[in-house]
Order: sequence, then structure tokens, then C-alpha cells
Amino acid sequence: MLSVHGLEVAYGGIKAVRGINLEVGRGELVALIGANGAGKSSTLKALSGLLKPHAGHIDYDGAEITGKPAYHLVRRGLALVPEGRGVFPRLTVAENLAMGAYIHTDKAAVSRDFERAYALFPRLAERRAQPAGTLSGGEQQMLAMARALMCRPRLLLLDEPSMGLAPLMVQKIFETVRAVAAEGVTLLLVEQNAKLALETCDRGYVMESGAIVLADTAQNLLASPQVRQAYLGE
Amino acid sequence: MEIFAQQIVNGLVLGSIYALVALGYTMVYGILGLINFAHGDITMIGALVSLTFIQLLVAAGVPPAAVLLLAGCGAMLVCAVLGLTIERVAYRPLRRAPRLAPLITAIGVSILLQYSAALIWGKQYIALPAIVEPLQFTVFGAQLTSLQAAIFLLACLIMAGLLWFIKSSRMGRAMRATEQNPDVAGLMGVNTNTVIAFTFLLGSAIGAIAGLMVVLYYGIGHYFMGFMLGLKAFTAAVLGGIGNVGGAVLGGLLLGVIESLAAGYIGDLTGGVLGSNYRDVFAFLVLILVLVLRPSGLLGQHSGDRA
Repeated sequence: MLSVHGLEVAYGGIKAVRGINLEVGRGELVALIGANGAGKSSTLKALSGLLKPHAGHIDYDGAEITGKPAYHLVRRGLALVPEGRGVFPRLTVAENLAMGAYIHTDKAAVSRDFERAYALFPRLAERRAQPAGTLSGGEQQMLAMARALMCRPRLLLLDEPSMGLAPLMVQKIFETVRAVAAEGVTLLLVEQNAKLALETCDRGYVMESGAIVLADTAQNLLASPQVRQAYLGE
Repeated sequence: MEIFAQQIVNGLVLGSIYALVALGYTMVYGILGLINFAHGDITMIGALVSLTFIQLLVAAGVPPAAVLLLAGCGAMLVCAVLGLTIERVAYRPLRRAPRLAPLITAIGVSILLQYSAALIWGKQYIALPAIVEPLQFTVFGAQLTSLQAAIFLLACLIMAGLLWFIKSSRMGRAMRATEQNPDVAGLMGVNTNTVIAFTFLLGSAIGAIAGLMVVLYYGIGHYFMGFMLGLKAFTAAVLGGIGNVGGAVLGGLLLGVIESLAAGYIGDLTGGVLGSNYRDVFAFLVLILVLVLRPSGLLGQHSGDRA
């Protein structure tokens, strides 16, 4: 479904991503883990069209999408939940969700999507008329995920969904990740919480200083001494 | 008391024109963080284009209502194209440049428009040919002409329509989303370039109507008329809270009333030393006071981080 070859991302002269290869198959749940500044977020930004790659190829769903803008990719079913949620603070919860459905014009289906989002996150239904900026961090993360689902993605990229959230909220968010995956959406998950990410996903990549240093099944990575030492604190 | 009522009426009419122009400033600022100093001159182009239309159509014996309608549509069309062109040619290449670059460019565009207009229309004042004799009414002891009433009502209609559009339409929501976070708006499928271009189109078309109103109200047009009008409207936008559309409406109306009241009473208050020709001083006094006391304006939520 997603196939990345030799991807490089640079800010000015500094390379944040140095030629990585990455594959995500249809229906897979894949984790991309690594320390702060390893280049994970830059990778997702390039994949979603927010950043133009310096070099490399990105193929999605059988076509090359390298350098295509984000507004074009989301129409093809590739959505990103950005780091730090990126909710529109002065839009209400309902308006944020409506922005998620921006590309869809079939009113009946969109209103079913609204119902589904509110069923998935009843908290959002209670707060639908509130500006999103007044929500707690966890509620904003729910809103960001619900909004991305309104796009009806086939490949969903999640950037640090657990960041800055209380443990209970992290559980809730990951339950949702699994539920979304169970519906057949392909997921690529970037996380600093390596243990949780690998327990949730089928496969994983480990990134260090802009390069992928390990790639294996999640089970093998969880068992690997290298990962245990560097990312699981053992 | 009669002077008071009269100046309130005059102020509201004038203020509604300021408000229309202020909307153009505030919408562009909201979405780009840019003070589009050329906006007053776009209004001037709208005024002169509509003057030309009126001259030609009146000479051709077209009925008055059709003259006004065609002049308004012609001016809106020209200004919309002009606004789109300016955004595309002058501002878009500087989207990622330091803030000062587009600001200086805006001043350059303003001068370019002024002297292009001087080349096309000349530097003399252009008089409005007689179209219809306005009717006079008396409201609460104040004189009100049918022209004043029409300007005020049309301006209110446009403002209400615009507020509704931004609040409720799909495009309006995309405009607000782009304003708050352009990257994430892109992730939702919004082509932010289109939204920004549309904002310029909308502001310029509304500015064109304001230009037509000025021409009808004062009966003359001039290549430099956009300068003072632009400054006043900018003041109105700052007064209301720049970036806030409702604030532009409030600021425009308030500024018009303040200016008219000041012009009406300054002669009496200073024993005739200062006359109503000092009216412009008050607009800029308001600007200075707002910037000193409440830089975010009456309805502004955020300030400080933007130049």
C-alpha cells in the first residue's frame, strides 16, 4: 500500500531523514519508533505531503506521490493526525469534524460519519458546540483522531498520539487505534512510547539519527536486546 | 440635539463605508498576517472604474437603476481580478519570506496602483454626472437623503451576508481553518492557495462597492482618494481588533461616528479656533489611543506575536 525508497528530508542544509526504505502492506499496523529527533515526524510530514522530500520515491496505492501536496493526498485516502493534535482552536468541536469531512460532499454519508465519531468518542458529542481550544489534551487528541476518520482514510498516519497524555487517556487512544485498524484501515504509527507501540502493532521500524536501524515483527523487536536496552529501559 | 442626531446619521453612513473597506484589511490580515496597504487603492480603482462606467452609461441614456447596477458589477469585476492578480504576482512569492518583505511590497503595490490610476484617469478631480436627485427625509430631527439610506442599508446587507458566509458556508469554514492552522487545513483537503486567493477576491470586490459608494456620496473621484480612505479603514480594523471580521464592522461604524461627532462639535468646543477640517485628526488620535491602550482592539483575541 505504501512503499518508500531512499527518502531524504532536509531542513536548510541539515538532513533529518537520510535515505530510508519503508513498506506498509494493506491492512497492516506498523510502528515507527525511535528517540526524540530521530526523524520520525519528518518522515510522516514527507509522506503526508506537508514537506517536500529532498530525495527518494514514495509510492502509495500503486502510484508515485512524491512531492504531492497534502490536500491532494487526503483525497486519495491518505490522512495524517499531526504531532500536537493540530485542532483548530477557535472552531467548535463540530466544526473541526466538519473540516475533516471537507472533501466529502455526500450529506447523508457525512452525517453518518458524524454519528460514528460521536459514538466512538461520546465526550466529543457532549462538547460539540465548544471551541476546540477549550478541550483538555486528551480530548483534543480524540478530536484529532475523530477528525482524521471523517476523511475516511485508507492509510492513516499517526504522529505521537500518546504525547503528553495521562496513562488512562493513552489506553483509551490506543484502544481506538486498534478499533480503527480492525475496521480495515492501514496504520503507520509514530511513537516514543516504544513498548505500547510494539504491543499494538504487527511490525516495527526503529529509527536513529535519520536512518532505519532495525526492521522486524513487533514480537521480535520487543524481544531484541538492542531494543530492550535502548527503548524499553531495561 | 439636532446637531447630535445629524452627526450620528452622517457618522453611521460614513462608518458603514469604512467598515466595508476595513473588512478587506482584516480578512487578509487574519489569513496571512499581512497588512495589505494596497487595499485602499483597490477601493480607489473601484471608485474610478465605477465613475467611468457611470459617465459612459449616463451619456448613452441608460436608466439610473441600470447605471448603478452595471457600474457596481463592473467595478467589482475589475477589482476582483486586480486583487487576485496582486495576490498571485506580488504576495504569493513572498509567502515564506520575513514579514517585512510583503509589507514593503504592499506599499509598493499601493504606489503602483496610484500612479497607474493617475496615468489612466489623470490627476484632476473627476466629477460624478447627475444620475437621480436624492429624496430628503427627516429622522429624529436629522436630515437623511435616500442616497445615505441606500448606502447604509446596502453596506449592512453586505456585512451581514459576509458574516453569515464566513460562519456557515463550507468555504467560510475553510477560511477560518486556514487562518488558524494552514498546514492542518491542507491535511483536511483544503487547497490553501485557493482559499487565500478567494479571500483577496472577496475583499477586493467588497472594496469596489465601497469605492462606488464614496463616489456617489461625495460626487467626485481622484487617483489619491484611496490613501486616506485606506488609512481610515485600517484604523477601523485596528480599533475593532484586526483579524476579526465582526470587529471590522464595529470599528468602522464607531470610527465614522467618532469622526462625525468630532467634526460637528470641534468648532464650538474650541471657540472657532479649529474647524471641521480637523476631522481626520480624530481618526488617527483613535488609532494612536488604541495602539497604546488596547493593541488587540475591541474584539481581538490575540496580539503581540504579529508585526
